[in-house]
Amino acid sequence: MQTTRALDPIGLAAEPIIAIDHVNHYFGSGRLRKQVLFDITARIEPGEVVILMGPSGSGKTTLLTLIGALRSTQEGSLKLFQEELYKANNGRLVNLRRSIGYIFQAHNLLNALTSQQNVQMTLDLQPQLGSREKKLRALDMLDAVGLKDWANYYPSQLSGGQKQRVAIARALVGQPKIVLADEPTAALDKKSGREVVEIMRQLAQQQGSAVLLVTHDNRILDVADRILYMEDGYLKEMDRDRGSDMAGAFG
Amino acid sequence: MFAIPLAWLQLMRERIRLLVALAGIGFAVILMFVQLGFRDALFESAVRIHLAFEGDVFLVSPQSSSLIAMDSFSRRRLLQAQGVDGVASVTPIYMGFGLWKDPDKQGTRGIFVMGLDPAGQVFPKSMLPNLDPIKLQDVVLFDRDSRDEFGPVATLFARDGTVETELNSRRVKVGGIFALGASFGADGNLVTSDLNFQRIFKRDLSKVDVGLVRLKPGADLAQVLQAIRTEIAKPNQDVMVFSKEEFVAFERKYWQTSTAIGFIFNLGAGIGWVVGTVIVYQILYTDVADHLAEYATLKAMGYRNVYLLSIVFQEAVILSVLGFIPAFFLGIGVYRMTYKATALPIYMTQDRAVFVFVLTMVMCIVSGAIAVRKVQEADPADIF
Repeated sequence: MQTTRALDPIGLAAEPIIAIDHVNHYFGSGRLRKQVLFDITARIEPGEVVILMGPSGSGKTTLLTLIGALRSTQEGSLKLFQEELYKANNGRLVNLRRSIGYIFQAHNLLNALTSQQNVQMTLDLQPQLGSREKKLRALDMLDAVGLKDWANYYPSQLSGGQKQRVAIARALVGQPKIVLADEPTAALDKKSGREVVEIMRQLAQQQGSAVLLVTHDNRILDVADRILYMEDGYLKEMDRDRGSDMAGAFG
Repeated sequence: MFAIPLAWLQLMRERIRLLVALAGIGFAVILMFVQLGFRDALFESAVRIHLAFEGDVFLVSPQSSSLIAMDSFSRRRLLQAQGVDGVASVTPIYMGFGLWKDPDKQGTRGIFVMGLDPAGQVFPKSMLPNLDPIKLQDVVLFDRDSRDEFGPVATLFARDGTVETELNSRRVKVGGIFALGASFGADGNLVTSDLNFQRIFKRDLSKVDVGLVRLKPGADLAQVLQAIRTEIAKPNQDVMVFSKEEFVAFERKYWQTSTAIGFIFNLGAGIGWVVGTVIVYQILYTDVADHLAEYATLKAMGYRNVYLLSIVFQEAVILSVLGFIPAFFLGIGVYRMTYKATALPIYMTQDRAVFVFVLTMVMCIVSGAIAVRKVQEADPADIF
């Protein structure tokens, strides 16, 4: 933050939306305690699309769950929207989650609900919205992901790509400032994977949200403004041009 | 407001599972209805005769514990009671079990016999309109709601106008039919005159089983009770004095506390409750387990634990209501069937319906409370 001030003394530049400072993370306790994240430091600015790559077990998902306020930060500082997550209580974490859109590898849609109802579940967390407005916003969002005609279908009636698009609509309908996606294309074929990522980036840009995308999929690297690489719990920034070369090596 | 009713939609989505759950809950509810119904029918049937008695005060021997286990007391006490202020009339009632021979199949079976003065008013006119036949020697009145094992007496009587058979190896004639009903203690009932009773049972009429006292109009019940107790019961120590209400309570208490029956039926209802709890728990647990990833997603979206707990409890309440309704009507059907088969006074009462509904509700909520522990496992950090 000090460097930002120095370069921008009157504070015109936006504050980073995600600020990670010297974060360590451990699993287990006592003799079985094992460090999985080492001295992670990173910043993500509003509107940025960042891809996080790395081999399995490198700690990508752990970092993502920390940023998603799904875990407590154990050491170091992690700030979302200038709000410190280190030592934040569970109630604060739950509140912060409402400002984050989460997209999982599996779509995890509620099977008992239609596409529209699934999308609306996000809006139900905003009590100030009327039921009519919630419905309209859910339908608009489904329209934006190209599923206008599928609003009343259940997840079991949709294809894999369609389900993931509903999941994206669900994550974005609340206009979150941060979108976190954990291998959203892993279960999809090339074409639908591509579509899904395009939609995600486009909508995030319209809403000014930052996107952090964990992936193994080197077919989608070009959507990123920046690529981070993680290995054995350490984070490195990667040269954008070298990204696609290296992706072949560990993708 | 107007959030999506997730609990309801989730139950409706799994139709087969819902039906199985409702069948299980319904089974438990019917089991509770049947057990509690039998218990109450037992108590009800035991006091049916008491309730029919047209008396205000009753005298019985201190050795008596129930109508089917009566000891007698001296008729002198009853005559003394006649002298108490406010008493209009006294009537001795004699009771015993006689061996009745089925006029059709010739088998014998114990039947409850009451001997009373044909001139006295013991039962309401609506129940025994005509006591004239029993003024004749060896004529009895037969309860057509007695169990079938006593033979098709009512049918034969309606056809032939009279039925002849044996009671305690003495030839008797049925001179009339009335309706009272079997109880757990007595499978069937006969009414005859005190003199016939003496002939059949070879008993001394100076020993009375129940003394029925009727008060003058306007007399104060509490005062008369008090007077009979202090003037007759206390000095002699050989008679107990009850109001009608107390007499009914005395009999009820015998069946509730001195027999295993109350306990057995309560236990049966309890087992039904436990079975229901296990079934609902299984259903809710499976439901939570199936939706674990989805619930974890909801948590990642910012839903609180309380929301997921409330989903489980809502499902529990919905299940209890949906399971109760069909079981309630089936319960009424079972009661009718039981009534036809046993002649016991078993029917749906509002109190029992409410009580069983509350039990069902508690059953589902307890299951829910056990099943929600599974929801804690829906931790988004561990699942993804």
